[in-house]
Amino acid sequence: MSAVLETRALVKQFGGITATDRISFSLERGARHALIGPNGAGKTTFVNLLTGVLRPTSGVVMLGGADITTLSREARVRLGLVRTFQINQLFATMTPLEMIAAVTSERLGLGASSFSRLDASATLVTETADILARFRLDDIMDETIATLPYGKQRQIEIAAAFAAKPSVLLLDEPAAGVPEAERRELLDTVAALPADVSVLLIEHDMDIVFRFATRITVLVNGQVLADGAPDAIARDPAVRTAYLGEAAHG
Amino acid sequence: MSAPDLAASGLAGHVRASLMLSRRWHTAEALFWVGAIAAAFLFPRQLLLMNEIAILALFALSLDLILGYAGIVSLGHAAFLGMGAYSAGLVALHIASDPLLGLFVGMAASGLLGLVTSPLVLKGNDLTRLMVTLGVGLLMLELANALSFITGGADGLQGIMMGKLFGHFEFDLFGRTAYAYSLGVLFVLFVLARRIVHSPFGLSLRAIRDNPLRATASGVPRNWRLAAVYTLSAAYAGAAGALLAQTTQFVSLDVLDFHRSADVMLVLIIGGAGYLYGGLIGSIAFKFLQDFISGFTPQYWQFWIGLFLVLFVLGGREMIHGGIKAVLARLRALKPGKRP
Amino acid sequence: MALLTILIDGVAYGMVLFVLACGLSVTLGLMNFVNLAHGAFAMAGGYVAVVLMQRFGIPFLWTLPAAFLATASAGWLLERSVYRPMYAKSHLDQVMFSIGLVFMSVAAMKYVMGSQQQIIQLPGWLLGRFEFVGVSVGRYRLFVIMVCGALALGLSWIFARTLFGSRLRAAVDDARVARGLGIPVNALFAATFAAGSGLAGLGGALGIELLGLDPTFPLKFMIYFLIVVTVGGTSTISGPFFAAMLLGVADVAGKYLIPQAGSFIIYALMVVLLVLRPDGLFARTKA
Repeated sequence: MSAVLETRALVKQFGGITATDRISFSLERGARHALIGPNGAGKTTFVNLLTGVLRPTSGVVMLGGADITTLSREARVRLGLVRTFQINQLFATMTPLEMIAAVTSERLGLGASSFSRLDASATLVTETADILARFRLDDIMDETIATLPYGKQRQIEIAAAFAAKPSVLLLDEPAAGVPEAERRELLDTVAALPADVSVLLIEHDMDIVFRFATRITVLVNGQVLADGAPDAIARDPAVRTAYLGEAAHG
Repeated sequence: MSAPDLAASGLAGHVRASLMLSRRWHTAEALFWVGAIAAAFLFPRQLLLMNEIAILALFALSLDLILGYAGIVSLGHAAFLGMGAYSAGLVALHIASDPLLGLFVGMAASGLLGLVTSPLVLKGNDLTRLMVTLGVGLLMLELANALSFITGGADGLQGIMMGKLFGHFEFDLFGRTAYAYSLGVLFVLFVLARRIVHSPFGLSLRAIRDNPLRATASGVPRNWRLAAVYTLSAAYAGAAGALLAQTTQFVSLDVLDFHRSADVMLVLIIGGAGYLYGGLIGSIAFKFLQDFISGFTPQYWQFWIGLFLVLFVLGGREMIHGGIKAVLARLRALKPGKRP
Repeated sequence: MALLTILIDGVAYGMVLFVLACGLSVTLGLMNFVNLAHGAFAMAGGYVAVVLMQRFGIPFLWTLPAAFLATASAGWLLERSVYRPMYAKSHLDQVMFSIGLVFMSVAAMKYVMGSQQQIIQLPGWLLGRFEFVGVSVGRYRLFVIMVCGALALGLSWIFARTLFGSRLRAAVDDARVARGLGIPVNALFAATFAAGSGLAGLGGALGIELLGLDPTFPLKFMIYFLIVVTVGGTSTISGPFFAAMLLGVADVAGKYLIPQAGSFIIYALMVVLLVLRPDGLFARTKA
């Protein structure tokens, strides 16, 4: 197996504080990989470095073997590195249909064409329909997103990321804030993501992590504390003291 | 979904229909434009006022492109109106009197100014944008004032003689040609704007307006798109300025005045932003209001406009827009249902 | 030595701008409210002084506190009635609302006082210039510098050293947290708004001789206040103060040395500064 997303000795300093300290990390093709760590471990900074919100102080980010350390956020998206957000970031005045179409048209490279019609591209239409069906949004596709229940909005958050056709999908706490009743549907959605999409899950909820991930990386104080298969991580005494023990009490 | 393939193909049909629906012409729209033409025959003595309305509508349409569709607030849109007006006026004075040439030059000049100043509105929040655009607007006014050897300074550009439209139609005292010309330009540019906002580009603008973070995370190059629509909007405002210069045959520093920027914002706020007709409806309401008020108190009409603004923002808007929405919903209910 | 005279004129001008604009900077910082009608209070203060002097023969010095009190109470009333519902609305709504107020005040003042420039008769001891180490100094300008300088010192003392000031700073920093700590943010804001309006009125009265006074005052100087606030930031007193000094000196020098450029230099300066530092030149950078 080869790494599709990789970082080498990634360092980010804010003033005197080192938020991520020489993180070397690799995400295998088709992986179901979870990134965990207590609050302040540097997860958010790490994700921001991966997606291009922040530039690293030193170190390299590679996507599919190519150096993307200095690429813009949107350029990384076009290369297939896509994320969801911990707090929903949606096109609230649009319908789910329009939002998926907007993301899809951008991926198809239509976004700059100002004279063509939206319904003229057969690919745009069928791909939008496919995603609406896959994420079971077809029954609400004409409602305004802002009026939909939170669980549905969370679903759209993931569907919209998927519409950008990711090779690597970063899911930032996908189930955060979703009520118990709607949680199951959402987790099914995550589990049903196609195998060729490599997924990095950033998560607090250990149930979700152990149910979903085949590999886990533990981040503590900006450093990789452990990295390996779920049962090995669960047994790792260092992880237990630094993180799991704390979570079990909290 | 018992038969996914079938459902999916039906779904694709629905998606196509939904994407088409937004750009399909509605009967009410046709009525609006027929009404605009009919007005010329119904009120032949009001043509000059109607010409002003058409020009203001175009100016407001241009603001709607950035405010309603891309979420860029501006308090200096008069900069582009003025650029268009002076360019068209100068073309008529020094180069050729053909109105279409002046219109084209006015649009190009303003579009260029929009392109050059677009980096200024890409940064910062609403507040910074309001101030930066205000600053650019005032800058242009100062510039026009300082360059009096070109602009005529406080005296303005005088003695503009317009040639015949299409070499045929003379600009008359009653505003017949003027109104037809302005309405024609407004219509053509409106159709173009309508096409653009319903294109993939237009959808990406709405994406940026709704949520810049997600738009970027979906691969939308935010800055380029905003610069493009800002340039387009500036060119539209330039067209309005050119029409103003050509049909009144006069350009003064007033076209760059702050009240122009504030007025057009008011027009759009009255009519509602983000559906293209807001500026058109707003300009009709605004001009009638202005005409009515200045009928009995010409000097102090600004007071009443100000009062109107204050009351409008304090709570009147919900009332007016609620009414418009109710009417639209009625109209929509007359159409066959949206769902298959 | 003409340059030093320009400098002194510019400082006097900047001092008045500071007194005029500092209220706006605090309201903007405190409630995140854009009050473009701030200049209307300044104009009102100017006219209060004019009317008191011309119609009632009250000496100039006494008109200054009167201008402060009159506009402060007007500010207090308006804050309680029409401004408060606006805090929750968008910046665009706030801007349109306050532009509406500007239009109303301009037209109303034109109706009441006429559109001519107002001229006041300063007391004799404030007239003319004197030579100081070879530099010609206007007596009135020196007076303005002393009054406004004392005000600036007083304000920064209040801001930095008193309970009121520390509460104000806390509320500017984060109104929600301040509320949670039991600071009465609404009352604080009403008081600050009134004081800010009063200072604007005082500045308007002091500025008649330097800035002129006619009904278009709120529109003409709106941009100056905005420059002071945007360049100076909203979290300190010193920020707007230095911004006002910079603006005053640059404007006087520009108009004196390159008169044909008019206010062009100032506006260009503002646009450039805003683009380079969208949060203000003296603002603390947020992490």
